[in-house]
Amino acid sequence: MSLALFAQLELRDRENQPPSCVERNGFCPDWIADNWERYKTPLIEHIELTLISVAIGFVIAFSLALIAHRRRWLIPPITQITGILYTLPSVALFFLLLPLTGRGKTTAIIALVAYSLLIIFRNVITGLDEVPEEARDAGRGMGLTPRQLLWRVELPLALPAIMAGLRIAVTTTVGLTALVFLAGAGGLGEAIFADTQFRSNVVVAGGLCVVLAVVLDLTVLGVQKLITPWTRGVAT
Amino acid sequence: MSATFAALGEFGDAISFIFTERENQRGSPVGGAENLPLLWEHLKLTAAAMALALVIALPLGLVLGHTGRFSFLAISTSNVGRAVPSVALIALFIAFFPRSPEFLNVTLALALLAIPPILTNAYVGVRQTDRDAVDAARGMGLSGAQIIRQIELPLALPLIFGGIKTSTVNVIATATIAPLVGVVTLGDPLVAASVYGREGQIGASIIVAVLAILAEVGLSAVQRAVTPDGIKLARGPEDRARTRFGLSKRRIQTAP
Repeated sequence: MSLALFAQLELRDRENQPPSCVERNGFCPDWIADNWERYKTPLIEHIELTLISVAIGFVIAFSLALIAHRRRWLIPPITQITGILYTLPSVALFFLLLPLTGRGKTTAIIALVAYSLLIIFRNVITGLDEVPEEARDAGRGMGLTPRQLLWRVELPLALPAIMAGLRIAVTTTVGLTALVFLAGAGGLGEAIFADTQFRSNVVVAGGLCVVLAVVLDLTVLGVQKLITPWTRGVAT
Repeated sequence: MSATFAALGEFGDAISFIFTERENQRGSPVGGAENLPLLWEHLKLTAAAMALALVIALPLGLVLGHTGRFSFLAISTSNVGRAVPSVALIALFIAFFPRSPEFLNVTLALALLAIPPILTNAYVGVRQTDRDAVDAARGMGLSGAQIIRQIELPLALPLIFGGIKTSTVNVIATATIAPLVGVVTLGDPLVAASVYGREGQIGASIIVAVLAILAEVGLSAVQRAVTPDGIKLARGPEDRARTRFGLSKRRIQTAP
Protein backbone atom coordinates (compact mmCIF):
# COMPACT_ATOMS: atom_id res chain seq x y z
CA MET A 1 0.00 0.00 0.00
CA SER A 2 2.62 2.47 1.05
CA LEU A 3 4.79 1.28 -1.77
CA ALA A 4 2.06 2.00 -4.29
CA LEU A 5 1.52 5.42 -2.80
CA PHE A 6 5.21 6.08 -2.99
CA ALA A 7 5.27 5.07 -6.63
CA GLN A 8 2.32 7.32 -7.32
CA LEU A 9 4.03 10.21 -5.59
CA GLU A 10 7.15 9.68 -7.57
CA LEU A 11 5.10 9.57 -10.77
CA ARG A 12 3.42 12.84 -9.93
CA ASP A 13 6.74 14.32 -9.03
CA ARG A 14 8.12 13.37 -12.42
CA GLU A 15 5.13 14.91 -14.17
CA ASN A 16 5.72 18.21 -12.41
CA GLN A 17 9.31 18.36 -13.49
CA PRO A 18 10.01 20.20 -16.70
CA PRO A 19 10.56 17.66 -19.52
CA SER A 20 14.17 16.66 -19.88
CA CYS A 21 16.27 17.79 -22.83
CA VAL A 22 15.85 14.43 -24.53
CA GLU A 23 12.06 14.53 -24.10
CA ARG A 24 11.93 18.01 -25.57
CA ASN A 25 14.00 16.68 -28.48
CA GLY A 26 16.55 19.43 -28.19
CA PHE A 27 20.25 19.49 -28.71
CA CYS A 28 21.53 17.79 -25.56
CA PRO A 29 25.24 17.96 -24.67
CA ASP A 30 24.62 15.69 -21.65
CA TRP A 31 23.00 12.97 -23.72
CA ILE A 32 25.81 13.22 -26.26
CA ALA A 33 28.45 12.90 -23.56
CA ASP A 34 26.66 9.86 -22.12
CA ASN A 35 26.08 8.16 -25.46
CA TRP A 36 29.36 8.96 -27.14
CA GLU A 37 30.26 5.26 -27.21
CA ARG A 38 27.49 4.31 -29.61
CA TYR A 39 29.09 6.34 -32.42
CA LYS A 40 32.48 4.74 -32.06
CA THR A 41 31.88 1.61 -34.15
CA PRO A 42 30.02 3.43 -36.96
CA LEU A 43 32.76 6.06 -37.11
CA ILE A 44 35.50 3.44 -37.35
CA GLU A 45 33.55 1.58 -40.05
CA HIS A 46 33.08 4.86 -41.88
CA ILE A 47 36.80 5.69 -41.80
CA GLU A 48 37.73 2.15 -42.84
CA LEU A 49 35.38 2.04 -45.81
CA THR A 50 36.39 5.53 -46.98
CA LEU A 51 40.12 4.89 -46.82
CA ILE A 52 39.98 1.42 -48.40
CA SER A 53 37.75 2.64 -51.24
CA VAL A 54 39.82 5.73 -52.01
CA ALA A 55 43.04 3.70 -51.86
CA ILE A 56 41.76 1.08 -54.31
CA GLY A 57 40.22 3.77 -56.51
CA PHE A 58 43.48 5.67 -56.56
CA VAL A 59 45.56 2.65 -57.55
CA ILE A 60 43.18 1.75 -60.40
CA ALA A 61 42.63 5.29 -61.68
CA PHE A 62 46.29 6.22 -61.39
CA SER A 63 47.37 3.12 -63.36
CA LEU A 64 44.73 3.81 -66.01
CA ALA A 65 45.94 7.40 -66.28
CA LEU A 66 49.57 6.35 -66.70
CA ILE A 67 48.57 3.91 -69.46
CA ALA A 68 46.41 6.52 -71.16
CA HIS A 69 49.13 9.13 -70.85
CA ARG A 70 51.27 7.16 -73.30
CA ARG A 71 48.41 6.01 -75.49
CA ARG A 72 46.33 9.15 -75.93
CA TRP A 73 43.58 7.39 -77.88
CA LEU A 74 42.60 5.57 -74.69
CA ILE A 75 41.60 8.80 -72.92
CA PRO A 76 38.12 9.23 -74.48
CA PRO A 77 36.96 5.61 -73.91
CA ILE A 78 38.30 5.49 -70.35
CA THR A 79 36.68 8.85 -69.63
CA GLN A 80 33.38 7.56 -71.03
CA ILE A 81 33.41 4.33 -69.04
CA THR A 82 34.48 5.88 -65.74
CA GLY A 83 31.99 8.66 -66.51
CA ILE A 84 29.15 6.14 -66.69
CA LEU A 85 30.30 4.60 -63.40
CA TYR A 86 30.37 8.11 -61.91
CA THR A 87 26.87 8.87 -63.18
CA LEU A 88 25.34 5.63 -61.87
CA PRO A 89 23.78 6.50 -58.51
CA SER A 90 25.74 4.60 -55.87
CA VAL A 91 22.55 3.65 -54.05
CA ALA A 92 21.35 1.94 -57.24
CA LEU A 93 24.74 0.29 -57.65
CA PHE A 94 24.53 -1.21 -54.14
CA PHE A 95 21.43 -3.13 -55.20
CA LEU A 96 22.55 -3.87 -58.75
CA LEU A 97 25.53 -5.68 -57.23
CA LEU A 98 23.27 -7.74 -54.94
CA PRO A 99 23.15 -10.84 -57.17
CA LEU A 100 26.91 -10.69 -57.70
CA THR A 101 28.43 -9.80 -54.34
CA GLY A 102 25.49 -9.86 -51.93
CA ARG A 103 25.06 -7.43 -49.06
CA GLY A 104 28.01 -6.14 -47.09
CA LYS A 105 31.31 -4.32 -47.21
CA THR A 106 32.50 -5.77 -50.55
CA THR A 107 29.47 -4.36 -52.36
CA ALA A 108 29.88 -1.01 -50.64
CA ILE A 109 33.56 -0.78 -51.53
CA ILE A 110 33.00 -1.71 -55.19
CA ALA A 111 30.36 1.02 -55.53
CA LEU A 112 32.52 3.63 -53.78
CA VAL A 113 35.56 2.73 -55.89
CA ALA A 114 33.47 2.97 -59.06
CA TYR A 115 32.47 6.48 -58.08
CA SER A 116 35.98 7.72 -57.31
CA LEU A 117 37.66 6.48 -60.52
CA LEU A 118 36.67 9.36 -62.78
CA ILE A 119 37.56 12.07 -60.28
CA ILE A 120 41.09 10.75 -59.81
CA PHE A 121 41.64 9.74 -63.44
CA ARG A 122 40.76 13.13 -64.89
CA ASN A 123 42.92 14.97 -62.38
CA VAL A 124 45.98 12.81 -63.05
CA ILE A 125 45.53 13.26 -66.81
CA THR A 126 45.03 17.01 -66.45
CA GLY A 127 48.03 17.30 -64.17
CA LEU A 128 50.24 15.44 -66.64
CA ASP A 129 48.90 17.50 -69.55
CA GLU A 130 49.73 20.74 -67.81
CA VAL A 131 53.40 19.92 -67.33
CA PRO A 132 55.25 22.64 -69.27
CA GLU A 133 56.77 21.41 -72.52
CA GLU A 134 60.03 23.18 -71.55
CA ALA A 135 60.38 20.96 -68.49
CA ARG A 136 59.95 17.86 -70.65
CA ASP A 137 62.48 19.16 -73.16
CA ALA A 138 64.98 19.90 -70.42
CA GLY A 139 64.52 16.37 -69.05
CA ARG A 140 65.02 14.82 -72.47
CA GLY A 141 68.04 17.02 -73.03
CA MET A 142 69.54 15.63 -69.82
CA GLY A 143 69.21 12.17 -71.31
CA LEU A 144 66.20 10.88 -69.33
CA THR A 145 64.41 7.87 -70.74
CA PRO A 146 60.61 8.19 -71.13
CA ARG A 147 60.14 6.24 -67.90
CA GLN A 148 62.58 8.44 -65.99
CA LEU A 149 60.95 11.52 -67.51
CA LEU A 150 57.56 10.36 -66.23
CA TRP A 151 58.66 9.59 -62.66
CA ARG A 152 61.23 12.36 -62.18
CA VAL A 153 59.75 15.28 -64.12
CA GLU A 154 56.14 14.82 -65.15
CA LEU A 155 54.61 13.19 -62.07
CA PRO A 156 56.26 15.52 -59.53
CA LEU A 157 55.06 18.54 -61.50
CA ALA A 158 51.57 17.01 -61.78
CA LEU A 159 51.37 16.30 -58.03
CA PRO A 160 49.29 19.37 -57.06
CA ALA A 161 46.58 18.45 -59.58
CA ILE A 162 46.71 14.78 -58.58
CA MET A 163 46.40 15.63 -54.90
CA ALA A 164 43.54 18.04 -55.66
CA GLY A 165 41.73 15.09 -57.27
CA LEU A 166 42.47 12.95 -54.25
CA ARG A 167 41.00 15.60 -51.95
CA ILE A 168 37.78 15.75 -53.97
CA ALA A 169 37.63 11.94 -54.01
CA VAL A 170 38.13 11.71 -50.24
CA THR A 171 35.47 14.26 -49.33
CA THR A 172 32.88 12.89 -51.75
CA THR A 173 33.56 9.34 -50.59
CA VAL A 174 33.00 10.35 -46.95
CA GLY A 175 29.61 11.71 -48.02
CA LEU A 176 28.74 8.61 -50.02
CA THR A 177 29.85 6.25 -47.28
CA ALA A 178 26.97 7.71 -45.27
CA LEU A 179 24.74 5.71 -47.66
CA VAL A 180 26.44 2.31 -47.45
CA PHE A 181 24.17 1.24 -44.59
CA LEU A 182 21.66 0.53 -47.39
CA ALA A 183 24.06 -2.16 -48.59
CA GLY A 184 24.33 -3.49 -45.05
CA ALA A 185 27.83 -2.15 -44.49
CA GLY A 186 27.21 0.11 -41.49
CA GLY A 187 28.90 3.48 -41.20
CA LEU A 188 27.63 6.75 -39.76
CA GLY A 189 24.59 6.75 -42.06
CA GLU A 190 23.21 3.85 -40.08
CA ALA A 191 23.57 5.90 -36.90
CA ILE A 192 21.75 8.83 -38.53
CA PHE A 193 18.85 6.68 -39.63
CA ALA A 194 18.64 4.79 -36.35
CA ASP A 195 16.67 7.83 -35.17
CA THR A 196 15.99 10.62 -37.67
CA GLN A 197 13.52 12.29 -35.33
CA PHE A 198 16.03 12.86 -32.52
CA ARG A 199 17.98 16.06 -33.14
CA SER A 200 21.00 15.29 -30.97
CA ASN A 201 21.53 12.01 -32.81
CA VAL A 202 21.27 13.58 -36.27
CA VAL A 203 23.55 16.47 -35.35
CA VAL A 204 26.23 14.23 -33.82
CA ALA A 205 26.26 11.55 -36.53
CA GLY A 206 25.98 14.09 -39.37
CA GLY A 207 28.52 16.34 -37.68
CA LEU A 208 30.98 13.46 -37.40
CA CYS A 209 30.70 12.92 -41.18
CA VAL A 210 31.52 16.57 -41.85
CA VAL A 211 34.38 16.61 -39.33
CA LEU A 212 35.78 13.41 -40.83
CA ALA A 213 35.62 14.91 -44.34
CA VAL A 214 37.41 18.06 -43.21
CA VAL A 215 40.07 16.15 -41.27
CA LEU A 216 40.83 13.79 -44.16
CA ASP A 217 40.84 16.72 -46.60
CA LEU A 218 43.35 18.62 -44.46
CA THR A 219 45.44 15.47 -44.05
CA VAL A 220 45.75 15.05 -47.82
CA LEU A 221 46.55 18.75 -48.11
CA GLY A 222 49.22 18.39 -45.44
CA VAL A 223 50.77 15.43 -47.25
CA GLN A 224 50.68 17.42 -50.48
CA LYS A 225 52.55 20.35 -48.90
CA LEU A 226 55.03 17.91 -47.43
CA ILE A 227 55.88 16.16 -50.70
CA THR A 228 55.81 19.26 -52.90
CA PRO A 229 58.05 21.62 -50.95
CA TRP A 230 58.61 23.75 -54.05
CA THR A 231 54.97 24.91 -54.07
CA ARG A 232 55.14 26.29 -50.54
CA GLY A 233 54.77 30.03 -50.39
CA VAL A 234 53.43 30.07 -53.93
CA ALA A 235 49.78 31.05 -54.25
CA THR A 236 47.74 28.15 -55.56
CA MET B 1 10.12 -13.51 -73.53
CA SER B 2 9.99 -15.00 -70.04
CA ALA B 3 12.57 -17.61 -71.08
CA THR B 4 15.04 -14.81 -71.79
CA PHE B 5 14.34 -13.32 -68.38
CA ALA B 6 14.92 -16.65 -66.71
CA ALA B 7 18.31 -16.98 -68.39
CA LEU B 8 19.38 -13.69 -66.83
CA GLY B 9 18.76 -15.02 -63.34
CA GLU B 10 17.99 -12.38 -60.76
CA PHE B 11 18.51 -9.60 -63.27
CA GLY B 12 15.86 -11.24 -65.41
CA ASP B 13 13.43 -11.22 -62.49
CA ALA B 14 14.28 -7.58 -61.92
CA ILE B 15 13.62 -6.62 -65.54
CA SER B 16 10.35 -8.50 -65.47
CA PHE B 17 9.47 -6.56 -62.28
CA ILE B 18 9.95 -3.32 -64.22
CA PHE B 19 7.52 -4.28 -66.95
CA THR B 20 4.95 -6.63 -65.44
CA GLU B 21 2.69 -6.21 -62.46
CA ARG B 22 2.51 -8.97 -59.87
CA GLU B 23 1.21 -9.57 -56.37
CA ASN B 24 3.59 -9.46 -53.45
CA GLN B 25 3.45 -11.74 -50.41
CA ARG B 26 0.80 -9.55 -48.81
CA GLY B 27 -1.34 -9.71 -51.90
CA SER B 28 -0.98 -6.08 -52.97
CA PRO B 29 0.06 -5.28 -56.54
CA VAL B 30 3.67 -4.22 -57.19
CA GLY B 31 5.84 -3.80 -60.28
CA GLY B 32 4.82 -2.91 -63.81
CA ALA B 33 2.37 -0.01 -63.92
CA GLU B 34 2.57 0.25 -60.13
CA ASN B 35 6.06 1.70 -60.63
CA LEU B 36 4.66 4.73 -62.44
CA PRO B 37 3.45 6.63 -59.33
CA LEU B 38 6.91 6.07 -57.80
CA LEU B 39 8.58 7.35 -60.97
CA TRP B 40 6.26 10.35 -61.02
CA GLU B 41 7.04 11.20 -57.39
CA HIS B 42 10.76 10.82 -58.12
CA LEU B 43 10.56 13.18 -61.10
CA LYS B 44 8.40 15.65 -59.20
CA LEU B 45 10.86 15.77 -56.33
CA THR B 46 13.84 16.16 -58.68
CA ALA B 47 12.12 18.90 -60.68
CA ALA B 48 11.06 20.82 -57.57
CA ALA B 49 14.53 20.67 -56.00
CA MET B 50 16.32 21.57 -59.24
CA ALA B 51 13.94 24.46 -59.99
CA LEU B 52 14.50 25.90 -56.53
CA ALA B 53 18.27 25.44 -56.76
CA LEU B 54 18.44 27.03 -60.23
CA VAL B 55 16.35 30.04 -59.23
CA ILE B 56 18.72 30.72 -56.32
CA ALA B 57 22.14 29.62 -57.57
CA LEU B 58 22.18 30.66 -61.20
CA PRO B 59 21.46 34.41 -60.84
CA LEU B 60 23.70 34.55 -57.77
CA GLY B 61 26.57 32.83 -59.59
CA LEU B 62 26.20 35.04 -62.66
CA VAL B 63 26.11 38.27 -60.66
CA LEU B 64 28.96 37.26 -58.37
CA GLY B 65 30.99 36.24 -61.40
CA HIS B 66 30.18 39.50 -63.18
CA THR B 67 31.22 41.66 -60.25
CA GLY B 68 34.06 39.37 -59.21
CA ARG B 69 33.10 39.80 -55.58
CA PHE B 70 32.89 37.14 -52.86
CA SER B 71 35.00 34.70 -54.87
CA PHE B 72 35.77 32.90 -51.62
CA LEU B 73 32.08 32.30 -51.01
CA ALA B 74 31.38 31.14 -54.55
CA ILE B 75 34.28 28.70 -54.62
CA SER B 76 34.12 27.36 -51.09
CA THR B 77 30.39 26.54 -51.12
CA SER B 78 31.12 23.60 -53.40
CA ASN B 79 33.94 22.40 -51.16
CA VAL B 80 31.75 22.61 -48.09
CA GLY B 81 28.83 21.11 -50.02
CA ARG B 82 30.84 18.02 -50.86
CA ALA B 83 31.63 17.38 -47.22
CA VAL B 84 28.00 17.46 -46.02
CA PRO B 85 26.47 14.04 -46.63
CA SER B 86 23.08 14.09 -48.34
CA VAL B 87 21.63 11.71 -45.76
CA ALA B 88 22.61 14.01 -42.91
CA LEU B 89 21.08 17.00 -44.67
CA ILE B 90 17.73 15.26 -45.20
CA ALA B 91 17.75 13.94 -41.64
CA LEU B 92 18.50 17.44 -40.31
CA PHE B 93 15.45 18.89 -42.05
CA ILE B 94 13.25 16.07 -40.75
CA ALA B 95 14.57 16.38 -37.20
CA PHE B 96 14.33 20.16 -36.99
CA PHE B 97 11.11 20.74 -38.94
CA PRO B 98 9.00 17.75 -37.89
CA ARG B 99 5.74 19.60 -38.59
CA SER B 100 6.36 20.71 -42.16
CA PRO B 101 5.38 18.23 -44.91
CA GLU B 102 8.02 15.63 -45.76
CA PHE B 103 7.96 16.51 -49.45
CA LEU B 104 8.85 20.12 -48.65
CA ASN B 105 11.61 19.06 -46.25
CA VAL B 106 13.21 16.72 -48.75
CA THR B 107 12.86 19.26 -51.57
CA LEU B 108 14.66 21.88 -49.48
CA ALA B 109 17.41 19.43 -48.52
CA LEU B 110 17.92 18.33 -52.14
CA ALA B 111 17.90 21.95 -53.34
CA LEU B 112 20.63 22.81 -50.82
CA LEU B 113 22.57 19.86 -52.17
CA ALA B 114 22.11 21.06 -55.76
CA ILE B 115 23.08 24.70 -55.20
CA PRO B 116 26.89 24.48 -54.74
CA PRO B 117 27.85 22.92 -58.12
CA ILE B 118 25.57 25.31 -60.03
CA LEU B 119 26.76 28.36 -58.11
CA THR B 120 30.47 27.55 -58.39
CA ASN B 121 30.32 26.62 -62.05
CA ALA B 122 28.31 29.73 -62.98
CA TYR B 123 30.79 31.86 -61.06
CA VAL B 124 33.88 30.25 -62.60
CA GLY B 125 32.26 30.23 -66.05
CA VAL B 126 31.61 33.95 -65.98
CA ARG B 127 35.03 34.74 -64.49
CA GLN B 128 36.69 32.84 -67.30
CA THR B 129 34.92 34.57 -70.16
CA ASP B 130 37.22 36.42 -72.47
CA ARG B 131 37.77 39.81 -70.80
CA ASP B 132 38.37 41.37 -74.25
CA ALA B 133 34.87 40.32 -75.32
CA VAL B 134 33.41 41.88 -72.18
CA ASP B 135 35.43 45.08 -72.69
CA ALA B 136 34.30 45.25 -76.31
CA ALA B 137 30.69 44.88 -75.20
CA ARG B 138 31.13 47.60 -72.61
CA GLY B 139 32.72 49.81 -75.26
CA MET B 140 29.65 49.29 -77.42
CA GLY B 141 27.58 50.74 -74.60
CA LEU B 142 25.98 47.58 -73.20
CA SER B 143 24.77 47.83 -69.64
CA GLY B 144 25.90 45.42 -66.92
CA ALA B 145 22.73 43.35 -67.19
CA GLN B 146 23.06 43.24 -70.99
CA ILE B 147 26.67 42.09 -70.71
CA ILE B 148 25.66 39.26 -68.38
CA ARG B 149 22.79 38.17 -70.62
CA GLN B 150 24.36 38.60 -74.06
CA ILE B 151 28.07 37.95 -73.51
CA GLU B 152 28.92 36.24 -70.25
CA LEU B 153 25.97 33.85 -70.03
CA PRO B 154 26.42 32.36 -73.54
CA LEU B 155 30.18 32.06 -73.14
CA ALA B 156 29.83 30.47 -69.71
CA LEU B 157 27.10 28.03 -70.83
CA PRO B 158 29.27 24.92 -71.13
CA LEU B 159 30.45 25.27 -67.54
CA ILE B 160 27.02 26.25 -66.27
CA PHE B 161 25.56 23.14 -67.87
CA GLY B 162 28.33 21.09 -66.32
CA GLY B 163 27.14 22.27 -62.92
CA ILE B 164 23.48 21.69 -63.74
CA LYS B 165 24.25 18.15 -64.91
CA THR B 166 26.26 17.33 -61.80
CA SER B 167 23.44 18.61 -59.61
CA THR B 168 20.64 16.90 -61.53
CA VAL B 169 22.31 13.51 -61.47
CA ASN B 170 23.11 14.01 -57.80
CA VAL B 171 19.52 14.95 -56.97
CA ILE B 172 18.12 11.97 -58.91
CA ALA B 173 20.48 9.71 -57.00
CA THR B 174 19.71 11.23 -53.63
CA ALA B 175 15.94 11.27 -54.18
CA THR B 176 16.31 7.49 -53.90
CA ILE B 177 16.69 7.73 -50.13
CA ALA B 178 13.61 9.95 -49.71
CA PRO B 179 11.35 6.96 -48.78
CA LEU B 180 13.38 6.62 -45.56
CA VAL B 181 11.67 9.81 -44.43
CA GLY B 182 8.27 9.18 -45.99
CA VAL B 183 8.41 10.52 -49.56
CA VAL B 184 7.59 7.52 -51.72
CA THR B 185 9.97 7.76 -54.69
CA LEU B 186 11.59 5.04 -56.79
CA GLY B 187 13.76 4.34 -53.77
CA ASP B 188 10.81 2.73 -51.99
CA PRO B 189 11.44 -0.75 -53.44
CA LEU B 190 15.10 -0.38 -52.40
CA VAL B 191 14.43 0.36 -48.74
CA ALA B 192 11.27 -1.72 -48.33
CA ALA B 193 12.47 -5.07 -49.58
CA SER B 194 9.83 -6.89 -47.53
CA VAL B 195 7.10 -5.27 -49.65
CA TYR B 196 8.70 -5.48 -53.07
CA GLY B 197 11.06 -8.43 -52.79
CA ARG B 198 14.56 -8.69 -54.16
CA GLU B 199 13.48 -8.38 -57.77
CA GLY B 200 11.82 -5.12 -56.79
CA GLN B 201 15.04 -3.84 -55.20
CA ILE B 202 17.11 -4.64 -58.25
CA GLY B 203 14.41 -3.59 -60.71
CA ALA B 204 13.96 -0.18 -59.14
CA SER B 205 17.76 0.25 -59.05
CA ILE B 206 17.84 -0.33 -62.79
CA ILE B 207 15.17 2.33 -63.31
CA VAL B 208 17.04 4.85 -61.14
CA ALA B 209 20.32 4.13 -62.94
CA VAL B 210 18.69 4.56 -66.36
CA LEU B 211 17.05 7.76 -65.16
CA ALA B 212 20.40 9.21 -64.05
CA ILE B 213 22.11 8.30 -67.31
CA LEU B 214 19.19 9.67 -69.37
CA ALA B 215 19.42 12.94 -67.46
CA GLU B 216 23.16 13.15 -68.11
CA VAL B 217 22.85 12.36 -71.81
CA GLY B 218 19.74 14.51 -72.28
CA LEU B 219 21.26 17.57 -70.62
CA SER B 220 24.46 17.06 -72.62
CA ALA B 221 22.37 17.18 -75.81
CA VAL B 222 20.72 20.41 -74.64
CA GLN B 223 24.14 21.75 -73.75
CA ARG B 224 25.49 21.04 -77.24
CA ALA B 225 22.42 22.66 -78.77
CA VAL B 226 22.81 25.92 -76.83
CA THR B 227 26.61 26.21 -76.87
CA PRO B 228 27.71 29.00 -79.23
CA ASP B 229 29.45 27.69 -82.37
CA GLY B 230 32.58 29.68 -81.59
CA ILE B 231 33.18 27.70 -78.42
CA LYS B 232 32.57 24.35 -80.13
CA LEU B 233 35.11 25.20 -82.83
CA ALA B 234 37.76 26.00 -80.27
CA ARG B 235 37.71 22.44 -78.92
CA GLY B 236 39.20 19.16 -80.02
CA PRO B 237 37.56 15.73 -79.94
CA GLU B 238 39.35 14.75 -76.72
CA ASP B 239 37.88 17.72 -74.92
CA ARG B 240 34.43 16.90 -76.24
CA ALA B 241 34.58 13.45 -74.70
CA ARG B 242 35.40 15.05 -71.38
CA THR B 243 32.62 17.60 -71.52
CA ARG B 244 30.10 14.88 -72.27
CA PHE B 245 30.36 14.05 -68.60
CA GLY B 246 30.59 17.65 -67.56
CA LEU B 247 34.31 17.49 -67.10
CA SER B 248 35.89 20.26 -69.05
CA LYS B 249 39.53 20.79 -68.26
CA ARG B 250 38.83 24.13 -66.72
CA ARG B 251 36.34 22.85 -64.19
CA ILE B 252 39.01 20.89 -62.41
CA GLN B 253 40.74 24.05 -61.33
CA THR B 254 37.85 24.89 -59.05
CA ALA B 255 39.35 22.23 -56.82
CA PRO B 256 40.97 23.63 -53.69
